[in-house]
Amino acid sequence: MENLEQLVQDGLAAVDSADSLQALDQIRVEYLGKKGVITQQAKTLGKLSAEERPAAGQKINEAKGQVEQAINARRSDLERAAIEQKLASESIDVTLPGRGQDLGGLHPVTRTLQRIEHFFARAGYTVEQGPEIEDDYHNFEALNIPGHHPARAMHDTFYFNPGTLLRTHTSPVQIRTMEAGKPPFRMICPGRVYRCDSDMTHTPMFHQVEGLLVEKNVSFADLKSTVEEFLRVFFERDLQVRFRPSYFPFTEPSAEVDIEWGREADGSIKWLEVMGCGMVHPKVFEYCGIDAEEYRGFAFGLGVERLAMLRYGVNDLRMFFENDLRFLRQFR
Amino acid sequence: MKFSEQWLREWVNPQIDTQELMDQITMAGLEVDGFEPVAGQFSGVVVGEVQSVGPHPDADKLRVCQVSDGASEVQVVCGAPNVREGMKVPFAVVGAVLPGDFKIKKAKLRGQPSEGMLCSESELGLSDNHDGLMELPADAPVGQDVADYLKLNDVTIDVDLTPNRADCLSIKGIAREVGVLNSMLVNSPVIEPVESVHSEVPDIRVEAPAGCPRYLGRILRNVNLQAESPLWMQEKLRRSGIRSIDAAVDVTNYVMLELGQPMHAFDRDEIQGGIIVRMARIGEKLVLLDGQKVELTQGTLVIADHEKPIAIAGVMGGEHSGVSPKTRDLVLESAYFDPITLAGKARHYGLHTDASHRFERGVDYKLARDAMERATRLLMDIVGGEPGEIVEVASDEDIPEDRVVDLRARRLNDVLGMEIDRTTVEEILTRLGLRVEKLLKDGWRVSVPSFRPDISIEEDLIEEVGRIYGYNNLPVTEPTGSLGLRPEQEAVRPVSAIRNFFVDHGYQEAVTYSFVDPKVQQLVDPDRQGIALANPISSDLSVMRTSLWSGLLKTVAYNQNRQQPRIRLFETGLRFLQEGERIDQQPMLAGVVVGSQYPENWANGRRTADFFDVKGDLESLFRLLGIEIQFIGNKHPALHPGQTAELMRDGEHVGWLGTLHPQVQKNLELNGTILMFELFLNSIVTGYVPNFKEISKFPEVRRDLAIIIGSEVAFADVERVARKHAGEQLTALRAFDVYEGESLGEGNRSLALSLFWQHPERTLNEDEVHSLFNGVIDALKEELGATLRS
Repeated sequence: MENLEQLVQDGLAAVDSADSLQALDQIRVEYLGKKGVITQQAKTLGKLSAEERPAAGQKINEAKGQVEQAINARRSDLERAAIEQKLASESIDVTLPGRGQDLGGLHPVTRTLQRIEHFFARAGYTVEQGPEIEDDYHNFEALNIPGHHPARAMHDTFYFNPGTLLRTHTSPVQIRTMEAGKPPFRMICPGRVYRCDSDMTHTPMFHQVEGLLVEKNVSFADLKSTVEEFLRVFFERDLQVRFRPSYFPFTEPSAEVDIEWGREADGSIKWLEVMGCGMVHPKVFEYCGIDAEEYRGFAFGLGVERLAMLRYGVNDLRMFFENDLRFLRQFR
Repeated sequence: MKFSEQWLREWVNPQIDTQELMDQITMAGLEVDGFEPVAGQFSGVVVGEVQSVGPHPDADKLRVCQVSDGASEVQVVCGAPNVREGMKVPFAVVGAVLPGDFKIKKAKLRGQPSEGMLCSESELGLSDNHDGLMELPADAPVGQDVADYLKLNDVTIDVDLTPNRADCLSIKGIAREVGVLNSMLVNSPVIEPVESVHSEVPDIRVEAPAGCPRYLGRILRNVNLQAESPLWMQEKLRRSGIRSIDAAVDVTNYVMLELGQPMHAFDRDEIQGGIIVRMARIGEKLVLLDGQKVELTQGTLVIADHEKPIAIAGVMGGEHSGVSPKTRDLVLESAYFDPITLAGKARHYGLHTDASHRFERGVDYKLARDAMERATRLLMDIVGGEPGEIVEVASDEDIPEDRVVDLRARRLNDVLGMEIDRTTVEEILTRLGLRVEKLLKDGWRVSVPSFRPDISIEEDLIEEVGRIYGYNNLPVTEPTGSLGLRPEQEAVRPVSAIRNFFVDHGYQEAVTYSFVDPKVQQLVDPDRQGIALANPISSDLSVMRTSLWSGLLKTVAYNQNRQQPRIRLFETGLRFLQEGERIDQQPMLAGVVVGSQYPENWANGRRTADFFDVKGDLESLFRLLGIEIQFIGNKHPALHPGQTAELMRDGEHVGWLGTLHPQVQKNLELNGTILMFELFLNSIVTGYVPNFKEISKFPEVRRDLAIIIGSEVAFADVERVARKHAGEQLTALRAFDVYEGESLGEGNRSLALSLFWQHPERTLNEDEVHSLFNGVIDALKEELGATLRS
């Protein structure tokens, strides 16, 4: 029986030194398998007396248990180590950039237009489109700007022939919409407009949004709220807005809209002109076949690039149309 | 319009400072563009008198002068050529500080002590004139502070007037506004008729009364045009942005600034026979006061004598008939010219004058006589002379009618959104010169003065009341009308969804000009002619685009020249085509891709984007829009002949996709393989509203096959034949491999397809699938000459 003791010691030593699951399995077979050296010890029981057998059997079982326990413990150690090794080999550099397509971006003019359209859509305005090559009638005449009018000189119009031109504002869309439908109207017309002018602060093409509201009972006070609310929503600030009398042939009364934009050196408010607006001129209603005694309306117009420049701090108008990717990518 | 604040305050002087004054008129609709002090900042400059002038011992160009400052006499060394004994000049005494913080100290100039400095206009910041000393009038009190003497505590205010406010193109007009705003009375000079001292009158004939409803002329004999305009007049002109020329020009300018009536003075000796106001005859020539030679065109109103035109009416006089220091007798003109006749005329000749600016906007049609009397009196004060009678030729029927406009109180309240009390309304109207003729049951009958040609309807009066009352004093209320929501078509996708799609797929949106370079357009779209602008801004922006590609390719070039190798752009916008009489303006969607398909990084590789990358993007877009598009091999002059697809929807053309033709690419000096597409937006935005179908519970069966087939046979044809024979239960067909290689034989390629079948109500049995599959194979063999690949 000293032999059994020795076998257990040998087995435990072997388990201890097993460095893989296969080696461990071999040890298990060698010691505990059907022909394993410890299992084989049971044969010696036959040589013992009936009194001695139970105690000897128990010893053998204890020896088996001892080795088996050691094998199991070793196995879970080895398995854990194997998993850890596998995980270690699978680790990646999570700081490397991901795979796949880059994101593009909207042009800042579109981005600005979408904000404007979204505001007015919520207030029930439809978005209307119209031709960019316009006729004289819709661009000027029907907006109460007859041929000799000094306001025409302010427009620097691109012509194709005397009666055909590139629209100088999106206001002709108002005319077309009023001609085609019946009041009431709530609409905006965003789009490209053209003026024959190109320098530091002018591009021959730019974008405008004109708005029109025609209802039975609408006043200058309603116009004020619409414009003020829009500007505050657009700039996300409770900024001061003021209305300054001005002149547009197609509105009467007319106003320019200034917003508070910083302070002057003496601490007074610095005002910045951002929009024009007014009550629809009765002549314009007349051209569109709308009874100016029954309906009144207000209209407003704004320059999209101007608002985009203020909103995003762009300092050169011309950049909008150079389409330099290094510029465009800043707006995505 | 520029004017001197002091001059305005002679007319009306509210107790507010300059800034308040400017804010006030800005908020009344006369927008102040800016202001400038009329002189630089200086101190210690007094009226000095030059007592004596002697030579400098060591410098030829310097003089040694004795100058009195009223209290004492000091020596001053002076280099001005016009210094002379007895002259009164601005004298900066020792201790004075001139503009630019220039301190005057005792000095020695070439060895001679000098205590102080005699000043030119530029040294005091009055003007750019540094030709010599500024000469002060002989009666200037020696020793008085020059800033006080010249009343230099003044600013030039520049108002940017809207074209309707012709009435404010004068001190008188602005004073009227300021008077209204401050509820103050306005002073004006007393204008009395000048009595004639002889009976000579100009011979005036008006042959174009519609253009010139009123023309006044007067002869002023024996004038002395050597006499200079007084300093006060020169200063008022200078501070209002007008340079002093001579007494005749200065006085006419003065009256124009003061009252708003442009005038002209002719040299009587240069007028042959008499004055005729008529339309120009074609081919007539005239040398203008500015030396410009013009050939007159039809529709130009001119002042002529019996031989030739001597002025373009209301724009500019002729050089020949202009006054000079030798002029003995003057003919003064004061007229009302019709704004419509004059509209655009100055511009037509490349001119813009103070006179044309006013006449085009409408001068007070009753002002001419007062202006004539005022000018005569002012002129005589300077140049003397003998005035004759005024001759007035007027055509009553062509002079604008006096207008009477009714203003209803209810309408006023409705438009402005608040009730303004009647006395306030009446006060505003009256002070503006809008006389209330009669009180109506619900309002006022107002007569419009001749200086307000802009007022002719009720709304004009409403604006006047609102403007003076103050737009910012009006209430703020929400529109109350109902919104009346409109139906929205679900099957029509908004353009914003398309834009967002491209943004998500790595495209940057561009906005390019609608007018393009005809040379680029010719390359991109050689078969079509762009509509040309009559007055383009430059030759490379001179025709309307027939395709968005012109602008996008220019953008590619712009960015490639700035080290941007990877470019993915899209744009939406109109393209323009002349279709007979009609102009076709179609919204398009276009894109261009060049460079690597993915942004270059460790994992993406550097594969260059090709046709199928962009096609894949478009196919995804079409799925988003819910539409079926066929890509059909075709040719386009700007595209690679072997890499071009025409896009069709239900047999209708919707656009193109392809690789830019290498020759076009070379001509445009572009790099890389450039993929381009352009689609008609209106043809693709309408898809469908989803309609649910039961999901089959039965298994799907897949069969793969590989065929060898002629390379010229399009996959689309293979698909079409296969689908035709695959039966109704075919759910999908995919090409999973395309291979070309020598082993297949020249002109052949191998296509590997998988077909999927599924029945909605039962499991398909093996025989059925087998028979459909074989049917497909047989059809491909028979119809397209395919062989099964073993």
